[in-house]
Amino acid sequence: MLAWTIYISFFGALLQLLVPKGNNTLARTLALLTALAGLGIAAASFTAHRTGELIQVANYAWIPSLGINFHLAADGISLCLILLSGIVALTGVLFSWNIDKRTNEFFAFYLLLIGCVYGVFLSYDVFLLFVFYEIVIVPKYFLITGWGSTRKDYGAMKLALYSFIGSAMVLVGLIAAYVVAGGKSMALNDLAGFAFTPHFQIWAFPLVFVGFAILAGLWPFHTWAPTGHVAAPTAVSMLLAGVVMKLGAYGCLRVAMTLFPHGLDPWGFSLVGLGSWRDVFALLAVIGIVYGALVAIVQQDFKFVIGYSSVSHMGFILLGLMTLNQIGISGAIIQMISHGILAGLLFATVGRMVYDRTHTRELARLGPMNLNKAIPFAAITFVVAGMAGMGLPGFSGFVAELMIVIGAWRAFPIFAVFVGVGIVIGVVYVWRAMQKAFFAEPGELAAHEPLDPITIPERLGAIILICTSVAIGLYPQVLLKVITPALNSPLFDGVRKGGW
Amino acid sequence: MIPYSHLLHLAMPEVIVVITAIVALMVDLSFLRMATLRVRFGVTVGIATVGCVSAILALAMMTERVNLFDGMFVVNPLTQVVQIALLVVTILVLLLAVETDFTEHVGEFVLLVLLATVGMMFLVGSQNLLTSFVSLELLSLPLYALTGFDKRNERSSEAALKYFLFGGLSAAFLLFGFSLLYGFANSTDFTQIGMAIHAGPLNPLLVVAMVTTVIGLGFKVAAVPFHFWAPDVYETAPVPVAALIASGSKVASFFVFFQILAIAFSGSAGEAMGMHFAQGWVPIVAGVAVLSMLLGNMVAIVQSSLRRLLAYSAIAHAGYMLIAIVAHTQQSLSGLIFYVVTYSLATIGAFGIIGIVEKGSGDDQISSFDGLHKRSPILSACLLIFLLSLAGIPPLAGFFGKFYLFVGALAALPRAGGLLWLVALAIALSAVSLYYYLRVLKRVYADVSASDSQPPPAPPFTVAVVVVLAAATVLLGCAPNLLLQPILNAVGSVGH
Repeated sequence: MLAWTIYISFFGALLQLLVPKGNNTLARTLALLTALAGLGIAAASFTAHRTGELIQVANYAWIPSLGINFHLAADGISLCLILLSGIVALTGVLFSWNIDKRTNEFFAFYLLLIGCVYGVFLSYDVFLLFVFYEIVIVPKYFLITGWGSTRKDYGAMKLALYSFIGSAMVLVGLIAAYVVAGGKSMALNDLAGFAFTPHFQIWAFPLVFVGFAILAGLWPFHTWAPTGHVAAPTAVSMLLAGVVMKLGAYGCLRVAMTLFPHGLDPWGFSLVGLGSWRDVFALLAVIGIVYGALVAIVQQDFKFVIGYSSVSHMGFILLGLMTLNQIGISGAIIQMISHGILAGLLFATVGRMVYDRTHTRELARLGPMNLNKAIPFAAITFVVAGMAGMGLPGFSGFVAELMIVIGAWRAFPIFAVFVGVGIVIGVVYVWRAMQKAFFAEPGELAAHEPLDPITIPERLGAIILICTSVAIGLYPQVLLKVITPALNSPLFDGVRKGGW
Repeated sequence: MIPYSHLLHLAMPEVIVVITAIVALMVDLSFLRMATLRVRFGVTVGIATVGCVSAILALAMMTERVNLFDGMFVVNPLTQVVQIALLVVTILVLLLAVETDFTEHVGEFVLLVLLATVGMMFLVGSQNLLTSFVSLELLSLPLYALTGFDKRNERSSEAALKYFLFGGLSAAFLLFGFSLLYGFANSTDFTQIGMAIHAGPLNPLLVVAMVTTVIGLGFKVAAVPFHFWAPDVYETAPVPVAALIASGSKVASFFVFFQILAIAFSGSAGEAMGMHFAQGWVPIVAGVAVLSMLLGNMVAIVQSSLRRLLAYSAIAHAGYMLIAIVAHTQQSLSGLIFYVVTYSLATIGAFGIIGIVEKGSGDDQISSFDGLHKRSPILSACLLIFLLSLAGIPPLAGFFGKFYLFVGALAALPRAGGLLWLVALAIALSAVSLYYYLRVLKRVYADVSASDSQPPPAPPFTVAVVVVLAAATVLLGCAPNLLLQPILNAVGSVGH
């Protein structure tokens, strides 16, 4: 049944092309129904499979002469991420209710993107996963150039090229792995079960890991993220930060780490204190956390604050993966979901609620508008999302970051200290942006023109996202129950190295 | 000796095409002098299509496998598959011509295209220096003439002259190399030359023969540094001719390139592994491939004419395909055929769209494509498919072509890295190619203020051909087995 998330999204995208020009309501309704159907299937599957073990979804021969199959399967990790995609996709449609330029084309690209995202999370054949992963580049490029704002051509091209270079690196690694393993099968478990020589893994691992991590915003390859997010229309920023960056992190965990676990082993020598790729990537992740947060403090553009906060939060995920202990990796997965929801919420607040009404994102100009009186709902949403993001107990961010810090403490005690610093800086930039944008001294502009009230779709979307975050924050067990068995499955044997 | 009747039977497909060419010319000259251009094109192309389709049927029904007169005429499943592909390409190119008006010499045009096709077919079915050279010339001479076929266009004549001069020079090189080979091996048969070369060490004579052969064939496939004719020819030749040069001629030339090097020069391959080079043609071809990929991709970035952009991207693609020759295994041959065929489909389609847009705007500048999606959503969707396929984005045919080509190249020498450096470079440079393809597509999908003049409606038949090509590109990407399996069967049944 899960496979239908993909088919329905693609089918919805095709239907959008048949919608007559100008009939925006039909296009929106259709997109809403498609996203709702996807979410419904995702939620139903999530509740139906409480064990988190691998379930087969579909398996057809595709290119038999190369041993490539259309093989879909889901374990607990995929289920969580599919649920996240469903939620973000639905709220994304709600927050793009005001798109009235070429509406049907917008939603066609949007649904194509969603379908591919489901596809990546469900693929169990590495070739298929790569196919979905790379198709994503096309709709996101056209969504940004077509409907974006600030420096959209630059942002879109940069995003497309970074993604493509990343996937080129992945492709080199995957072809090499496929050929070395005998060229018989591209199934994830077959490749993960093949004993690649440590020598091969030591170069293939960083290649594939970095290839995926570029899309996850790994410092110093993160620069596409802020410009891309700022240029994109609201719903696409939500998807980019909320789901597409997770594709990269998912690829790191699902492909790079399972295929080449020995790539994480010590090199046998030490280079400026770093003894393995694991140390290197953990260091880059920590730099990303601190750097992203520091840069977010000094931004003048409201959306750039959120863009850099994403880099910081994605650093937590990569650090969690590098801890190689159960609590750290589980924390990374929960952070994927948590950040997916919160980044979506923040971008929705800034891009849709504030920018579409005030037509400016400069903090200095937003301040005098007295936004907390004009659009109190936006102010409240931002406060809640910001608090959740900085790790206030009761929200998803707290659980995730706590688990990652505990994991990091066990693996790299020194880095854990810097992560703590990063969290504190996180408080600062959220506070600063909040204060400047919503609670500054009211200026003369305040009474000029009343802003449109927050519409129902926006309220609905915000409430869905906030509730999800609170639900995860209060009861993370619901996710952990399916993530833990997945991490203990044979696929991750190499990562576990015989025990946690 | 075999009787002539049997020989004619074996050469039936080629004979059919030749007869068709003559019939088309006769019909045009005797009955259609007074008819409109449209009718003349319609009738002659119709005749040619029927002829090509019957040739395809004749090929499909042939079950014999022969190798006559020391490889002068070879029929086996592999040549049949490639010849069928060539005929399909020719049909598509001719169909693109139906609604054009670049010439009044319709019969001659169809004749020349079909003769070039016969040249390609003989070239594919030849494993002998003599027939290879003759069929290469049979292929090239009509193409020179066709390039300058639009006599109203001065630059077209200039490009034709350039193409002819370069072509003549490279043919001379090739012939020189062939003569040395003959002197060395005392045979014109690829297989026997291969055995003679295997016997002894690499001598200077052989090196010269090797280099001149690579020059001669490198010219045909437009590899750097023998590529100078390509941008001009692509830019100014009539659309169907440019499409033929970019597709059919490439398919045949790459096939014979592979055959000569892998069979005749099999004993002097040498190596081009990561840090380990050994004398032979492999390092030469690897160098040509690297240069082609680098120059093609880099120079394509700065082009403002879409045709020139396609020319430089063709040079880059020639570089990717040369990697398959460097690998020279059965698997890489399958990869090469799949790649060149799918590449041809996408290129023909792109030229079809260029032809339509040119008619409206008068030139092929990329700026003429601004807002194409408003004028014609179908054409712009097709262009999206063709260019993304060329860039290698899944699920289009170009992606699988690249994937399989690179798998073949790596599998040739899986130990010690092998050709990994070449594959990694190719994949990295294909990331560059995405930049210039996207730049075109961005303009196609960009918003433009309503244009002042309404362009003429797109010719429906050409649009239909383009749509079929786009559908094929998507289909072969989603279900590559449709094409890959016949190729694998054919290559497997021949075996080198």
